[in-house]
Amino acid sequence: MKSCLVVDDSSVIRKVARRILEGLAFKITEAEDGQQAIEQCRREMPDAVLLDWNMPVMDGYDFLKALRRLPGGDQPKVVFCTTENDVAHIARALSAGANEYIMKPFDKEIVEAKFQEVGLI
Amino acid sequence: MTPLDYDYLRRLLKERSGLVLSDDKQYLVESRLAPIARKAGLAGLGELIGKLRRADERMIVDVVEAMATNESFFFRDKIPFDHFRDTIMPALIAARAAQRRIRIWCAAASTGQEPYSLAMALKDMKVKLAGWRVEILGTDLSVEVLEKAKAGIYSQFEVQRGLPIQMLVKYFSQIGDTWQVAPEIRAMVQYRPFNLLGDLGPLGSFDLVFCRNVLIYFDQGRKIDVLNRLARVIEPDGYLVLGAAETVVGLTDAFKLMPDKRGLYAPNAAATRAGGSSFAGARLPRSDLTVAGGR
Repeated sequence: MKSCLVVDDSSVIRKVARRILEGLAFKITEAEDGQQAIEQCRREMPDAVLLDWNMPVMDGYDFLKALRRLPGGDQPKVVFCTTENDVAHIARALSAGANEYIMKPFDKEIVEAKFQEVGLI
Repeated sequence: MTPLDYDYLRRLLKERSGLVLSDDKQYLVESRLAPIARKAGLAGLGELIGKLRRADERMIVDVVEAMATNESFFFRDKIPFDHFRDTIMPALIAARAAQRRIRIWCAAASTGQEPYSLAMALKDMKVKLAGWRVEILGTDLSVEVLEKAKAGIYSQFEVQRGLPIQMLVKYFSQIGDTWQVAPEIRAMVQYRPFNLLGDLGPLGSFDLVFCRNVLIYFDQGRKIDVLNRLARVIEPDGYLVLGAAETVVGLTDAFKLMPDKRGLYAPNAAATRAGGSSFAGARLPRSDLTVAGGR
Protein backbone atom coordinates (compact mmCIF):
# COMPACT_ATOMS: atom_id res chain seq x y z
CA MET A 1 0.00 0.00 0.00
CA LYS A 2 1.44 3.38 -1.00
CA SER A 3 1.56 6.19 1.51
CA CYS A 4 0.49 9.79 1.05
CA LEU A 5 1.12 12.70 3.36
CA VAL A 6 -1.66 15.28 3.15
CA VAL A 7 -0.40 18.72 4.13
CA ASP A 8 -3.09 21.38 4.57
CA ASP A 9 -4.11 23.72 7.38
CA SER A 10 -7.81 23.15 6.58
CA SER A 11 -9.24 20.15 8.42
CA VAL A 12 -12.07 19.90 5.86
CA ILE A 13 -9.64 19.69 2.94
CA ARG A 14 -7.59 17.08 4.80
CA LYS A 15 -10.73 15.02 5.40
CA VAL A 16 -11.89 15.28 1.79
CA ALA A 17 -8.40 14.36 0.57
CA ARG A 18 -8.16 11.48 3.05
CA ARG A 19 -11.48 10.07 1.91
CA ILE A 20 -10.55 10.32 -1.77
CA LEU A 21 -7.06 8.88 -1.34
CA GLU A 22 -8.12 6.09 1.00
CA GLY A 23 -10.61 5.19 -1.73
CA LEU A 24 -7.60 4.90 -4.06
CA ALA A 25 -5.90 2.54 -1.56
CA PHE A 26 -3.41 4.99 -0.08
CA LYS A 27 -2.29 4.95 3.57
CA ILE A 28 -2.76 8.52 4.76
CA THR A 29 -0.87 10.65 7.24
CA GLU A 30 -1.66 14.32 7.84
CA ALA A 31 0.21 17.50 8.69
CA GLU A 32 -1.18 20.99 9.34
CA ASP A 33 1.80 22.93 8.01
CA GLY A 34 5.12 22.55 6.22
CA GLN A 35 7.16 22.29 9.42
CA GLN A 36 5.11 19.36 10.75
CA ALA A 37 5.28 17.78 7.31
CA ILE A 38 9.06 18.02 7.05
CA GLU A 39 9.43 16.42 10.50
CA GLN A 40 7.20 13.56 9.43
CA CYS A 41 9.21 13.11 6.22
CA ARG A 42 12.44 12.94 8.26
CA ARG A 43 10.94 10.06 10.25
CA GLU A 44 9.39 8.26 7.29
CA MET A 45 9.44 9.32 3.66
CA PRO A 46 6.00 8.95 2.03
CA ASP A 47 5.43 7.85 -1.57
CA ALA A 48 3.34 10.94 -2.26
CA VAL A 49 2.65 14.36 -0.81
CA LEU A 50 -0.55 16.30 -1.45
CA LEU A 51 0.51 19.81 -0.61
CA ASP A 52 -1.26 23.10 0.12
CA TRP A 53 0.56 26.35 -0.66
CA ASN A 54 -0.57 28.86 1.96
CA MET A 55 -0.08 27.55 5.48
CA PRO A 56 1.14 29.04 8.75
CA VAL A 57 4.68 28.34 10.10
CA MET A 58 6.07 26.96 6.82
CA ASP A 59 4.25 27.22 3.48
CA GLY A 60 4.09 24.54 0.81
CA TYR A 61 6.74 26.10 -1.40
CA ASP A 62 9.33 26.26 1.39
CA PHE A 63 8.39 22.74 2.47
CA LEU A 64 8.96 21.43 -1.06
CA LYS A 65 12.41 23.03 -1.29
CA ALA A 66 13.32 21.60 2.15
CA LEU A 67 11.94 18.17 1.24
CA ARG A 68 13.98 17.93 -1.96
CA ARG A 69 17.17 18.61 0.07
CA LEU A 70 16.49 15.74 2.52
CA PRO A 71 18.13 12.34 2.00
CA GLY A 72 15.61 10.41 -0.11
CA GLY A 73 13.61 13.61 -0.51
CA ASP A 74 13.72 13.33 -4.29
CA GLN A 75 11.60 10.19 -4.12
CA PRO A 76 8.09 11.35 -3.13
CA LYS A 77 5.81 12.52 -5.92
CA VAL A 78 4.61 15.95 -4.85
CA VAL A 79 1.23 17.20 -6.02
CA PHE A 80 0.42 20.78 -5.10
CA CYS A 81 -3.22 21.34 -4.18
CA THR A 82 -3.85 25.03 -3.74
CA THR A 83 -6.04 28.06 -4.38
CA GLU A 84 -2.97 29.75 -5.92
CA ASN A 85 -4.21 29.25 -9.45
CA ASP A 86 -2.12 31.54 -11.63
CA VAL A 87 0.51 30.46 -14.12
CA ALA A 88 3.32 32.14 -12.18
CA HIS A 89 2.61 30.02 -9.09
CA ILE A 90 2.36 26.85 -11.18
CA ALA A 91 5.67 27.58 -12.92
CA ARG A 92 7.32 28.33 -9.56
CA ALA A 93 6.03 25.06 -8.09
CA LEU A 94 7.27 23.03 -11.06
CA SER A 95 10.69 24.63 -10.90
CA ALA A 96 10.88 23.82 -7.18
CA GLY A 97 10.32 20.15 -7.97
CA ALA A 98 6.55 19.65 -7.90
CA ASN A 99 5.35 16.75 -10.05
CA GLU A 100 1.77 17.89 -10.55
CA TYR A 101 -0.51 20.73 -9.59
CA ILE A 102 -4.16 20.69 -8.57
CA MET A 103 -6.05 23.97 -8.46
CA LYS A 104 -8.71 24.06 -5.77
CA PRO A 105 -11.55 23.30 -5.85
CA PHE A 106 -10.86 19.69 -6.75
CA ASP A 107 -12.72 16.39 -6.79
CA LYS A 108 -11.98 12.68 -6.77
CA GLU A 109 -11.53 12.44 -10.52
CA ILE A 110 -9.02 15.26 -10.64
CA VAL A 111 -6.99 13.77 -7.80
CA GLU A 112 -7.14 10.34 -9.41
CA ALA A 113 -6.14 11.73 -12.81
CA LYS A 114 -3.22 13.68 -11.39
CA PHE A 115 -1.98 10.74 -9.31
CA GLN A 116 -2.20 8.54 -12.40
CA GLU A 117 -0.32 11.15 -14.37
CA VAL A 118 2.69 10.96 -12.05
CA GLY A 119 2.59 7.14 -11.88
CA LEU A 120 1.27 6.76 -8.35
CA ILE A 121 -1.72 4.70 -9.48
CA MET B 1 -34.04 26.27 -0.83
CA THR B 2 -34.42 29.85 0.35
CA PRO B 3 -32.20 32.60 -1.07
CA LEU B 4 -30.70 32.98 2.41
CA ASP B 5 -29.85 29.27 2.56
CA TYR B 6 -28.31 29.46 -0.91
CA ASP B 7 -26.19 32.47 0.04
CA TYR B 8 -25.06 30.68 3.18
CA LEU B 9 -24.10 27.58 1.18
CA ARG B 10 -22.19 29.65 -1.36
CA ARG B 11 -20.21 31.35 1.38
CA LEU B 12 -19.53 28.05 3.11
CA LEU B 13 -18.33 26.32 -0.06
CA LYS B 14 -16.11 29.24 -0.96
CA GLU B 15 -14.60 29.47 2.52
CA ARG B 16 -14.15 25.78 3.08
CA SER B 17 -13.24 24.45 -0.36
CA GLY B 18 -12.60 27.37 -2.71
CA LEU B 19 -15.57 26.32 -4.85
CA VAL B 20 -17.28 29.38 -6.33
CA LEU B 21 -20.95 29.07 -7.28
CA SER B 22 -22.55 31.65 -9.52
CA ASP B 23 -26.04 33.07 -8.91
CA ASP B 24 -27.65 30.66 -11.36
CA LYS B 25 -26.46 27.37 -9.90
CA GLN B 26 -29.26 26.85 -7.41
CA TYR B 27 -30.74 24.02 -9.51
CA LEU B 28 -27.35 22.31 -9.49
CA VAL B 29 -27.09 22.63 -5.72
CA GLU B 30 -30.54 21.17 -5.25
CA SER B 31 -29.95 18.25 -7.60
CA ARG B 32 -26.60 17.39 -6.05
CA LEU B 33 -27.54 17.84 -2.40
CA ALA B 34 -30.98 16.23 -2.39
CA PRO B 35 -29.45 12.70 -2.48
CA ILE B 36 -27.23 13.59 0.49
CA ALA B 37 -30.21 14.80 2.51
CA ARG B 38 -32.11 11.63 1.64
CA LYS B 39 -29.19 9.39 2.53
CA ALA B 40 -28.83 11.14 5.90
CA GLY B 41 -32.54 10.66 6.60
CA LEU B 42 -33.21 14.41 6.59
CA ALA B 43 -36.56 15.90 5.62
CA GLY B 44 -35.06 18.18 2.96
CA LEU B 45 -32.41 20.67 2.02
CA GLY B 46 -33.52 23.09 4.76
CA GLU B 47 -32.64 20.53 7.38
CA LEU B 48 -29.35 19.76 5.63
CA ILE B 49 -28.40 23.45 5.63
CA GLY B 50 -29.30 23.51 9.33
CA LYS B 51 -26.75 20.75 9.96
CA LEU B 52 -24.13 22.68 7.98
CA ARG B 53 -24.87 25.81 10.03
CA ARG B 54 -24.26 23.77 13.18
CA ALA B 55 -20.81 22.95 11.75
CA ASP B 56 -21.46 19.23 11.16
CA GLU B 57 -18.02 18.45 9.72
CA ARG B 58 -19.03 15.16 8.17
CA MET B 59 -21.92 16.80 6.38
CA ILE B 60 -19.68 19.64 5.18
CA VAL B 61 -17.26 17.12 3.66
CA ASP B 62 -20.15 15.30 1.93
CA VAL B 63 -21.46 18.57 0.51
CA VAL B 64 -18.04 19.73 -0.73
CA GLU B 65 -17.53 16.40 -2.51
CA ALA B 66 -20.99 16.40 -4.06
CA MET B 67 -20.66 19.90 -5.43
CA ALA B 68 -17.26 19.36 -6.99
CA THR B 69 -18.05 17.11 -9.95
CA ASN B 70 -17.96 17.66 -13.66
CA GLU B 71 -18.26 15.60 -16.82
CA SER B 72 -15.85 16.51 -19.61
CA PHE B 73 -12.11 16.27 -19.50
CA PHE B 74 -8.97 16.21 -21.58
CA PHE B 75 -7.19 12.93 -22.43
CA ARG B 76 -10.26 11.11 -21.16
CA ASP B 77 -9.51 7.48 -20.20
CA LYS B 78 -5.82 8.03 -21.09
CA ILE B 79 -5.43 4.63 -22.85
CA PRO B 80 -6.82 5.76 -26.25
CA PHE B 81 -4.27 8.57 -26.26
CA ASP B 82 -1.49 6.13 -25.38
CA HIS B 83 -2.64 4.07 -28.38
CA PHE B 84 -2.64 7.25 -30.47
CA ARG B 85 0.93 8.17 -29.54
CA ASP B 86 2.48 4.70 -29.37
CA THR B 87 0.61 2.64 -31.97
CA ILE B 88 -1.58 4.63 -34.35
CA MET B 89 0.66 7.57 -35.20
CA PRO B 90 3.88 5.56 -35.69
CA ALA B 91 1.99 3.22 -38.04
CA LEU B 92 0.38 6.07 -39.96
CA ILE B 93 3.62 8.03 -40.21
CA ALA B 94 5.22 4.95 -41.79
CA ALA B 95 2.25 4.17 -44.05
CA ARG B 96 1.67 7.75 -45.24
CA ALA B 97 5.31 8.70 -45.77
CA ALA B 98 4.64 9.44 -49.44
CA GLN B 99 1.47 11.52 -49.05
CA ARG B 100 2.49 13.10 -45.73
CA ARG B 101 -1.15 13.66 -45.00
CA ILE B 102 -3.33 12.26 -42.20
CA ARG B 103 -7.02 12.85 -41.60
CA ILE B 104 -8.59 12.34 -38.18
CA TRP B 105 -12.26 12.54 -37.27
CA CYS B 106 -13.61 13.01 -33.75
CA ALA B 107 -17.19 11.94 -34.32
CA ALA B 108 -18.47 13.18 -30.96
CA ALA B 109 -16.30 16.22 -30.38
CA SER B 110 -18.67 17.73 -27.82
CA THR B 111 -16.98 20.72 -26.20
CA GLY B 112 -13.64 20.03 -27.86
CA GLN B 113 -11.58 18.27 -25.21
CA GLU B 114 -10.95 15.19 -27.34
CA PRO B 115 -9.87 16.90 -30.58
CA TYR B 116 -7.71 19.37 -28.65
CA SER B 117 -6.12 16.48 -26.72
CA LEU B 118 -5.20 14.89 -30.05
CA ALA B 119 -3.94 18.23 -31.35
CA MET B 120 -1.72 18.70 -28.29
CA ALA B 121 -0.41 15.14 -28.60
CA LEU B 122 0.39 15.87 -32.28
CA LYS B 123 2.10 19.11 -31.35
CA ASP B 124 4.34 17.14 -28.99
CA MET B 125 5.34 14.98 -32.00
CA LYS B 126 6.10 17.97 -34.18
CA VAL B 127 9.64 16.87 -34.98
CA LYS B 128 8.34 13.67 -36.61
CA LEU B 129 5.52 15.54 -38.34
CA ALA B 130 7.45 18.49 -39.77
CA GLY B 131 6.04 19.16 -43.23
CA TRP B 132 3.02 16.91 -42.73
CA ARG B 133 -0.57 17.98 -43.15
CA VAL B 134 -2.66 16.60 -40.32
CA GLU B 135 -6.33 17.47 -40.29
CA ILE B 136 -8.58 16.99 -37.30
CA LEU B 137 -12.29 17.26 -37.91
CA GLY B 138 -14.54 17.56 -34.86
CA THR B 139 -18.26 17.01 -35.34
CA ASP B 140 -21.19 16.95 -32.99
CA LEU B 141 -24.93 17.04 -33.25
CA SER B 142 -25.13 20.11 -31.05
CA VAL B 143 -24.23 23.49 -32.51
CA GLU B 144 -24.12 24.91 -28.98
CA VAL B 145 -21.37 22.60 -27.74
CA LEU B 146 -19.39 23.20 -30.93
CA GLU B 147 -19.47 26.94 -30.25
CA LYS B 148 -17.83 26.23 -26.92
CA ALA B 149 -15.38 23.89 -28.62
CA LYS B 150 -14.40 26.57 -31.14
CA ALA B 151 -13.85 29.16 -28.42
CA GLY B 152 -11.66 26.67 -26.57
CA ILE B 153 -12.33 28.28 -23.20
CA TYR B 154 -12.57 25.97 -20.21
CA SER B 155 -13.13 26.25 -16.49
CA GLN B 156 -10.48 25.38 -14.00
CA PHE B 157 -12.26 22.10 -13.33
CA GLU B 158 -12.30 21.17 -16.98
CA VAL B 159 -8.60 21.77 -17.56
CA GLN B 160 -7.64 19.59 -14.63
CA ARG B 161 -9.36 16.45 -15.85
CA GLY B 162 -6.51 14.40 -17.22
CA LEU B 163 -4.51 17.32 -18.58
CA PRO B 164 -0.90 17.16 -17.34
CA ILE B 165 0.05 20.43 -15.71
CA GLN B 166 2.97 20.87 -18.09
CA MET B 167 0.54 20.77 -21.02
CA LEU B 168 -1.72 23.31 -19.34
CA VAL B 169 1.18 25.71 -18.95
CA LYS B 170 2.41 25.02 -22.48
CA TYR B 171 -0.82 25.09 -24.49
CA PHE B 172 -3.26 27.30 -22.59
CA SER B 173 -3.44 30.91 -21.55
CA GLN B 174 -5.19 32.07 -18.43
CA ILE B 175 -8.11 34.45 -18.78
CA GLY B 176 -9.39 35.34 -15.32
CA ASP B 177 -10.79 32.13 -13.84
CA THR B 178 -10.79 30.36 -17.20
CA TRP B 179 -8.20 28.87 -19.54
CA GLN B 180 -8.13 29.16 -23.32
CA VAL B 181 -6.49 26.71 -25.71
CA ALA B 182 -3.61 28.36 -27.57
CA PRO B 183 -4.44 29.66 -31.07
CA GLU B 184 -2.01 27.24 -32.77
CA ILE B 185 -3.82 24.26 -31.17
CA ARG B 186 -7.27 25.65 -32.00
CA ALA B 187 -6.17 26.17 -35.61
CA MET B 188 -5.45 22.44 -35.91
CA VAL B 189 -9.11 21.49 -35.46
CA GLN B 190 -12.05 22.21 -37.75
CA TYR B 191 -15.55 21.89 -36.32
CA ARG B 192 -18.84 21.34 -38.03
CA PRO B 193 -22.27 20.15 -36.89
CA PHE B 194 -23.01 16.67 -38.08
CA ASN B 195 -25.47 13.87 -37.34
CA LEU B 196 -23.75 10.52 -37.16
CA LEU B 197 -26.91 8.90 -38.44
CA GLY B 198 -26.67 10.98 -41.63
CA ASP B 199 -24.69 10.32 -44.82
CA LEU B 200 -20.98 10.07 -43.96
CA GLY B 201 -19.90 10.43 -47.58
CA PRO B 202 -19.50 14.22 -47.67
CA LEU B 203 -16.95 14.05 -44.86
CA GLY B 204 -14.47 12.15 -47.01
CA SER B 205 -12.30 9.27 -45.84
CA PHE B 206 -10.22 9.11 -42.67
CA ASP B 207 -7.11 7.45 -41.39
CA LEU B 208 -8.43 7.50 -37.84
CA VAL B 209 -11.87 7.90 -36.31
CA PHE B 210 -12.46 8.52 -32.62
CA CYS B 211 -16.06 7.57 -31.95
CA ARG B 212 -16.16 7.21 -28.21
CA ASN B 213 -19.16 7.00 -25.92
CA VAL B 214 -21.64 7.55 -28.74
CA LEU B 215 -22.72 4.02 -29.58
CA ILE B 216 -23.83 3.47 -25.99
CA TYR B 217 -26.75 5.80 -26.70
CA PHE B 218 -27.92 3.85 -29.75
CA ASP B 219 -30.02 0.72 -29.99
CA GLN B 220 -28.51 -2.44 -31.46
CA GLY B 221 -29.72 -1.78 -35.02
CA ARG B 222 -28.30 1.73 -35.11
CA LYS B 223 -25.00 0.58 -33.60
CA ILE B 224 -24.61 -1.97 -36.39
CA ASP B 225 -25.56 0.59 -39.03
CA VAL B 226 -23.14 3.24 -37.75
CA LEU B 227 -20.25 0.78 -37.43
CA ASN B 228 -20.76 -0.57 -40.93
CA ARG B 229 -20.93 2.93 -42.40
CA LEU B 230 -17.83 4.00 -40.43
CA ALA B 231 -16.01 1.05 -41.98
CA ARG B 232 -16.61 2.58 -45.40
CA VAL B 233 -14.99 5.91 -44.56
CA ILE B 234 -11.96 4.53 -42.71
CA GLU B 235 -8.95 3.68 -44.88
CA PRO B 236 -8.16 -0.07 -45.03
CA ASP B 237 -5.02 0.50 -42.95
CA GLY B 238 -6.73 3.07 -40.71
CA TYR B 239 -8.10 2.82 -37.18
CA LEU B 240 -11.27 3.18 -35.16
CA VAL B 241 -11.24 4.05 -31.46
CA LEU B 242 -14.33 3.25 -29.41
CA GLY B 243 -15.17 4.06 -25.80
CA ALA B 244 -14.15 1.81 -22.92
CA ALA B 245 -17.69 0.46 -22.57
CA GLU B 246 -18.19 -0.12 -26.30
CA THR B 247 -17.37 -2.99 -28.62
CA VAL B 248 -17.98 -4.30 -32.15
CA VAL B 249 -18.27 -7.86 -30.90
CA GLY B 250 -21.60 -9.36 -31.83
CA LEU B 251 -22.45 -6.33 -33.97
CA THR B 252 -20.30 -6.41 -37.09
CA ASP B 253 -17.26 -8.10 -38.58
CA ALA B 254 -16.26 -4.90 -40.38
CA PHE B 255 -13.69 -4.22 -37.63
CA LYS B 256 -11.35 -6.36 -35.62
CA LEU B 257 -9.95 -5.57 -32.19
CA MET B 258 -6.20 -4.90 -32.21
CA PRO B 259 -4.54 -7.51 -29.98
CA ASP B 260 -3.85 -6.17 -26.47
CA LYS B 261 -5.13 -2.70 -27.42
CA ARG B 262 -8.35 -2.07 -25.58
CA GLY B 263 -10.78 0.05 -27.57
CA LEU B 264 -8.63 0.12 -30.72
CA TYR B 265 -10.02 -1.46 -33.88
CA ALA B 266 -8.78 -1.91 -37.43
CA PRO B 267 -10.94 -2.45 -40.51
CA ASN B 268 -11.27 -6.16 -41.12
CA ALA B 269 -9.63 -6.88 -44.47
CA ALA B 270 -11.74 -10.01 -44.83
CA ALA B 271 -14.94 -7.99 -44.54
CA THR B 272 -16.10 -5.90 -47.43
CA ARG B 273 -15.31 -2.22 -47.77
CA ALA B 274 -17.66 -1.93 -50.68
CA GLY B 275 -18.54 1.65 -51.44
CA GLY B 276 -15.62 3.09 -49.54
CA SER B 277 -13.78 4.17 -52.63
CA SER B 278 -16.80 6.18 -53.78
CA PHE B 279 -16.05 8.64 -51.01
CA ALA B 280 -12.47 9.15 -52.07
CA GLY B 281 -13.23 12.19 -54.18
CA ALA B 282 -15.39 13.83 -51.57
CA ARG B 283 -12.74 14.98 -49.15
CA LEU B 284 -13.17 18.18 -47.26
CA PRO B 285 -11.33 21.15 -48.69
CA ARG B 286 -7.73 21.02 -47.59
CA SER B 287 -7.24 23.42 -44.78
CA ASP B 288 -4.19 25.07 -43.39
CA LEU B 289 -3.75 22.60 -40.58
CA THR B 290 -0.14 21.68 -41.13
CA VAL B 291 1.59 20.46 -37.99
CA ALA B 292 4.97 21.73 -38.93
CA GLY B 293 7.91 22.48 -36.73
CA GLY B 294 7.62 26.17 -37.38
CA ARG B 295 4.07 26.64 -36.17
